[in-house]
Amino acid sequence: MNRVTFTIDGKEVKAIRGQTILKAADAAGVFIPRLCAYRDLTPNGSCRVCSVRVNGRIQAACVQTVAEGAIVENETPELLEYRRNIVDMLFVEGNHFCMFCEKSGFCELQALAYRFGIKAPRYPFLYPKRDLDMSHPHVFLDHNRCILCGRCVRASQDMDGKNVFQFVERGGRKRLQVNGDSLSETDLKATDEAVSVCPVGALMKKRVGYEVPVGRRRYDEKPIGDDIEMKGEK
Amino acid sequence: MKQGTAQVTAEICKKFGNDRTRLMDIAIAVQDRFGCVSHEAMEEIARQVRSHRVEVESLVSFYAFLSVKPQGKVVIRLCSDIVDWMKGYKDVAEAMARELGITMGETTPDGAITLTHTPCIGMSDQAPAALVNSVVVTHLTPERGRQLVRDLRRHLDPQQLVTMVGDGNNEHPLVRAMVRNNIRMRGPVHFADFEPGSALRKAVEMTPADVIRTIKDSRLRGRGGAGFPAGLKWEMAANAPGEKRYVLCNADEGEPGTFKDRVLLTECADQLMEGMTIAGYAVGSDTGIIYLRGEYRYLLPYLQSVVEGRRRQGYLGRDILGRKGLHFDIRIQLGAGAYICGEETALISSCEGLRGDPKNRPPFPPQEGYLGCPTIVNNVETLCCVSRILLEGSDWFASMGSSRTTGTKVLSISGDCRKPGVYEVPFGITARELIEMTEAENAGTMLIGGPCRQMIGPDRLEGRICYDDLATGGAIIIFNRARNRLEIAEHYLDFFIEESCGYCTPCRVGLTLLKNQVHKVIDGAGEPADLVEMRDLSNFIINTSRCGLGQAAPNPVLGALEIGDLSSGFVAERKPGLLPGFDLSKAVIDAELRVGRQSKYV
Repeated sequence: MNRVTFTIDGKEVKAIRGQTILKAADAAGVFIPRLCAYRDLTPNGSCRVCSVRVNGRIQAACVQTVAEGAIVENETPELLEYRRNIVDMLFVEGNHFCMFCEKSGFCELQALAYRFGIKAPRYPFLYPKRDLDMSHPHVFLDHNRCILCGRCVRASQDMDGKNVFQFVERGGRKRLQVNGDSLSETDLKATDEAVSVCPVGALMKKRVGYEVPVGRRRYDEKPIGDDIEMKGEK
Repeated sequence: MKQGTAQVTAEICKKFGNDRTRLMDIAIAVQDRFGCVSHEAMEEIARQVRSHRVEVESLVSFYAFLSVKPQGKVVIRLCSDIVDWMKGYKDVAEAMARELGITMGETTPDGAITLTHTPCIGMSDQAPAALVNSVVVTHLTPERGRQLVRDLRRHLDPQQLVTMVGDGNNEHPLVRAMVRNNIRMRGPVHFADFEPGSALRKAVEMTPADVIRTIKDSRLRGRGGAGFPAGLKWEMAANAPGEKRYVLCNADEGEPGTFKDRVLLTECADQLMEGMTIAGYAVGSDTGIIYLRGEYRYLLPYLQSVVEGRRRQGYLGRDILGRKGLHFDIRIQLGAGAYICGEETALISSCEGLRGDPKNRPPFPPQEGYLGCPTIVNNVETLCCVSRILLEGSDWFASMGSSRTTGTKVLSISGDCRKPGVYEVPFGITARELIEMTEAENAGTMLIGGPCRQMIGPDRLEGRICYDDLATGGAIIIFNRARNRLEIAEHYLDFFIEESCGYCTPCRVGLTLLKNQVHKVIDGAGEPADLVEMRDLSNFIINTSRCGLGQAAPNPVLGALEIGDLSSGFVAERKPGLLPGFDLSKAVIDAELRVGRQSKYV
C-alpha cells in the first residue's frame, strides 16, 4: 500500500507514503503556516512555524513524514500561540520596518503576522547591529531583514547549482555569509532562484521595489495560505 | 609567506586525502600551524577538497577552538563554568588580565598570548582551571595565575607549566598532566581490574546475535543521560540495511559539571576500546570513531598509543584475534569546542566534516547515521560497561541497581562540597547519600545531570539516582543555601545561548529573551507577571525546539521557579502610570549622554 490515511484536526487526509505532513496538508487544502519550507526545496525544519502535534508530540510538519492513522493537531490554541511566538521572535531578532520595506505586501513574515493578528511583538526588540551589502550591481542583501530560513542557501545549491550562501557562526551570532568578501565577488545572478525564494526583504533585486503599488500586492488582497485553503473548499 | 600559507595548507589537505569529510582534522591542523584559519587558507582548503570557501568558513566559525582571525601563539582559555566562579574565577581572570595588560578576549600586542574564557572543560573537581593551548592547569589562584603568565612570557611553552603530574595515567609519559583523577569510590564495573582482550575473546566465541542478546539481558541503558536501551540500539543498527556500519563513541562530555568520562578515558581506555570492538562485532561494523572533545586533547597521544598497542596485540585491525575476516579499527576524531556535538546527530555531523548542527530525526542514526550508514553512538561509560558485561555476564550486571535501571553509575560530583570527584555508585542511591558522601554542608540546591536535567531543592533529597526518578548523565553539582537559584539559572542560560547552534528559532532567539527576563528579576525590576512569562517562555522553548539543547536549556529556570520564593526580586514600589519594571531615568540616560545635558523632567 502506497497510500496512508491520517487526520488533521479531525479531518481525514489521504497521503502518499513518505510524504511530509506539510505536503500532504497542502495537497488536501489544509494550510499549515511555514517560513523556511518552500516548494520542492529540501526542508530543513529550522523556523519551527509549522510545528504541529503528531500523536501528542510537537514536530515540524515540513520534515515529519506521514504515518498511517496519525492524529495531527494543527489549529489548537496552544499551537497558534507558539506560532505567534515564533513570528514575534523573528521580528524582534532582526530590524524589520514594514512601513518602508519594498517587500511589504509580498513579505511572508509580515503576511503571517497579519494572519495571526499580530499588531506589535510581545517581546522587547533586540536591535542587533547588522550589515547591508549593496556591492552587487543587481541584487542587494540586507542582513537586518534576514530571518535565517536558509531558503537561499538551499536554492543556490539545489536549483542554481552554485554555493553562494552558507550560515556562519552559531547561536545568536549565526548569520548568512556569501562565498567571497561581498556579494559582488560571488557568481550570483539576479535571475538566480536563490534571490527569488527569499520570503522577506533580505535578498532583493535592485530597481524593481515599487513596480507594484501598495494595495495591489499579493498579500494586500488575500491572506497568506489562501491559495492552499481554496483547494480544500473545492 | 603568503605563498607559504597556501602551500602548507595544501599539504595538510593532502595528508587527509583531500577528503571533504575530514574537514575538522584539516581545519584543526591549519589552526595549529598558523594560529587561525585565514580566508586565504579557507580558499585553499576549498580548492583542495572541492568545496567552497563559505562552506569552510561555515565550519571554522562554528567551533570555538577554530578562528578566522589570528590568535596568540599561546591561548589561555580560563574555564568560566559556574563551579569555577564559585571557586574564584573572577579574581584569577582579573589577575591574569592585569598581568598581561589586556582584557578578556584580547591578544597581547606582540601576538604572543591570547586570554579568553571557555565553558566547562571537565575539571570542576579541581577548579578554577584553564587550558593553555591543550595543557590543563588546575586549582588556580590569582597568584598562580600571575606566575603562569610570567612563566609563559619567558618561554611561550605551555608544556613547561607542568611542574607536577597527577595520579594514575596522568603520570603516563604521553599524558603528563597536572590533572587528578579524584576517584573517591571504586565500583566493580569500571574500576575493577581489566585484562585487555579478555572480554573480546568471550564475545567472539558467541554469535553476534548472542552478544546483542547478552547486552539486552543486562538491561544496559545509555550512560550519556538519555537512557536508551543499548541492546535495542545495536539490534536496530544490525538489522538496518546497508553495506557499511559504524560504531561511534561519544567522548564529548560537555555537560557543565561532567568529568567522569575524562577519568574513564584516562584509566579505562582499553576497556572502552574493547567495548567498541565488541559492538563492531555485534552489529557488523569494521570502523569505530572516538569523538574526543577538544578540551581533552591532552589525552590524544596517549589514546593513540592505546589504539596502536591494541593493533599490535591483535585486538584491533584486520583478522582480529587471528579470526579470518574479523576486522575492526578505530580512529580518533578531535572536536574543537562545541557543546552541541555531544548530541549524537550533531556529533555525526562533526565527524562528517560539517558544522555541529543536529540532524532531523527520523531517520535515527541506527537507520541512517554517519555518511548515511547505520550507526550506533554510545557514551564512553556505556561502552566500558559492555566489556564488563561480557566478562561477568548479564545476570551479574542486572543484579546491581534497580529493576529498571541496572548496573552502576559513574558520577562526577562538584560544587559546594569537601570531596568533589568521581564516584562509581550503584543505581538507586539517594541524593542525601551523595551529600553525605561528599561531605557537603548546608546543601540547598542540587543539579542532577547538570543544567540540562533537573534542579532539586532540599525537599527532594530522598529521590533516587535512576532513570525513573533522578535521571543523570553523571554531573551532580551541589550548591549551598547561600547561592541564589535564579543566578545559577542565569549563568547556565548564558552557557546555552553561547552553545546553541542557532539552527531553530525558539532556541536561537527564545533563550536570549528568557535570559533578559530572568535578569530583570535578578536586577530587582521584576513583577509577578514576569514569573508567569518566564514559565510560559520556558515551556514554549522546551516544546518547540528542534533538539535536546533547546528542549533542556530552560530547565534550570523552571527548577528555580518551582523550588524557590523569588519575590525578593520584585520591584518594591510602583510609580503610578508607569510599567512596574520601567525605570524612566535609566531609559533616557543614553539620550542624555548624547546631547550632553540632563533631562529636567526625570
